[in-house]
Amino acid sequence: MRLSLFEKIWRAHQVRPPALGAPAVLSIDLHLVHEVTSPQAFAELARRGLKVRRPERTLATLDHATPTSPADAQGRPPFADEACRAQAEKLIENCADHGIELLGFGSGRRGIVHVIAPELGLTQPGMTIVCGDSHTSTHGAFGALAFGIGSSEVAQVLATQCLFRHKPKSLRIELRGRLRPGISAKDLALALIHRFGTDGGTGHVVEFSGEAVRALSMEARMTLCNMAIEMGAPSALIAPDETTFGWIEGRPRAPKGEAFARACARWQQLQSDPEAVFDRELSFDAGTVGHRISFGTDPAQNAGLDEPLPQPEGGKLRRAYEYMGLEPGKPLRDTPIDYVFIGSCTNGRLEDLREAAKVLAGRRIAPGVRMLVVPGSEQVKRAAEEEGLHRIFLAAGGEWREPGCSMCIAMNGDVVPPGKRCVSTSNRNFEGRQGPGARTLLASPAVAAASAVAGCLTDPIALQVEAAA
Amino acid sequence: MSRKAFTRLAAPLIHLPEPDLDTDQIIPARFLTTTRREGLGPFLFYDRRYGTDGTPRPDFPLRPLERHGCAFLLAGHNFGCGSSREHAVWALLEAGVRAVISTRLADIFRGNALRNGLLAIELPPAQVLRLARCAGQEVLIDLLEREMRLPDGERIPFAIDPFARYAMLRGADELDLLLELIPEIERHEREREAEHA
Repeated sequence: MRLSLFEKIWRAHQVRPPALGAPAVLSIDLHLVHEVTSPQAFAELARRGLKVRRPERTLATLDHATPTSPADAQGRPPFADEACRAQAEKLIENCADHGIELLGFGSGRRGIVHVIAPELGLTQPGMTIVCGDSHTSTHGAFGALAFGIGSSEVAQVLATQCLFRHKPKSLRIELRGRLRPGISAKDLALALIHRFGTDGGTGHVVEFSGEAVRALSMEARMTLCNMAIEMGAPSALIAPDETTFGWIEGRPRAPKGEAFARACARWQQLQSDPEAVFDRELSFDAGTVGHRISFGTDPAQNAGLDEPLPQPEGGKLRRAYEYMGLEPGKPLRDTPIDYVFIGSCTNGRLEDLREAAKVLAGRRIAPGVRMLVVPGSEQVKRAAEEEGLHRIFLAAGGEWREPGCSMCIAMNGDVVPPGKRCVSTSNRNFEGRQGPGARTLLASPAVAAASAVAGCLTDPIALQVEAAA
Repeated sequence: MSRKAFTRLAAPLIHLPEPDLDTDQIIPARFLTTTRREGLGPFLFYDRRYGTDGTPRPDFPLRPLERHGCAFLLAGHNFGCGSSREHAVWALLEAGVRAVISTRLADIFRGNALRNGLLAIELPPAQVLRLARCAGQEVLIDLLEREMRLPDGERIPFAIDPFARYAMLRGADELDLLLELIPEIERHEREREAEHA
């Protein structure tokens, strides 16, 4: 056989092939639901008198518009406004009406959709996974075909557990070499987007392969696949291996004992065959990547700390410099900053918090800088506290918050004020993404933490933090 | 929102040449704290149309939309990238945008658009340039014939996925079609579950 990993997953889930101009019908194994993109879908079901067909394949949580400050004395979460509260209450009601499991307040398992499904062991190789959120590509780190969908499709999956889908093209990106010590998957993702552009993967499912990928931890793989959508690719895939199996084993919803052994045997088949054919193939040397920080208003506009920023060739970059208050020809290093956000589905997992804590241990953030550290889930929060990471963040002068999307999307009251610069471990530096007029600089957790200490853009080496191998 | 069928429509062409206009620009996230599809039109391109103090920015060219009630958008490359929010499409439609034309439309946005009856057309750069010269003028889009007609009589053919075209012409929707396939879906699920048992 000469099938790619993508082709194998696609074939196993194709209920019917494309026919008479209609796209294929694809079966969905896992549907993740949150409060912002689902209410209109549930309303559509109600309008048509439909039920959720497979509630047991559906998992809901509250993350996008939920507060990250603690509940009040009566245990009520302090929503930013009544609209946010109403959204949360609507999801609670919809889940109760349809028998959908909701990991909400008080569950001990609430968190960002793309953090909680993997940590529960629900995200497994070979699955199809969808969510009304573009960063669903994250789950591809496990060798699952995962992509973001609109609310009309959320209704379709709720009602039928299927979607019409035109088969995307395939793109293999071979990542040669090894990341240098201290350089993270975030730096790699930004470097790839810089090289291949914001539409470099549009219309394609990306498979990341090569030595650099095999060496990445599961959490780093999730960061890499998470950012594929910023290159235009709704899905990214990494073939599962021992790292994947080891991460899944023992998690609450993972198969146990004999069933796990059988699952592993099946998952081992989920590799692209040596002769597999891809529509496009690219290659990239991961060993050349240094720290990357975005300077503009799309994720491809990023640079190394000491590179002179490029001269604008068109109106777009000129507008970006004006918006960001930056100048071409100068490097990013030492640019003053006001906010630091550590969290999100890109960099809100335990490993990310450890990276930040390593830089912050025994240091304080610069006067005038506000730093929010927002764990990706309640589970991440507990694990970080068991290791004492929260004490490091608090002692440094940062805020240790409740889990959620927070300042990545700025819907819940966690907002960067107009004109302020925020070094953010999130995924999008679009105009207004962190609040109207907010200036976002995307970076890795280590760079964000180092910049918080310096009060300006810098790297851990400048603070004499030793890079881990 | 019940979807309107689209067969043939004449409307002014608005040119927004900026590339990579993402869905956060189309509708900022702070307006997504709603549980309905309706009511998003006034927030379309909000931070581009209005300054931080709420005053309108005269340089943002949505005026024809306000005057005619409907328009086609000739957008820059990679329009609709970023967030999967279908709210972007609902806001465009509610404000009167009936078609979006670009050299490239982001995948999730394009699917959301067609699913809601917002015609999404990709054209080669030369034809987009040709259309740009008609900015502000009335253009006719004929979905039956799969062509645009410019004021000087020139015709520009476009390709569109036959399934989306069928649904748009009929005002039909995918969920109805999927519901008809439930027996086939059940059979597929039983077979897969047996394989994994």
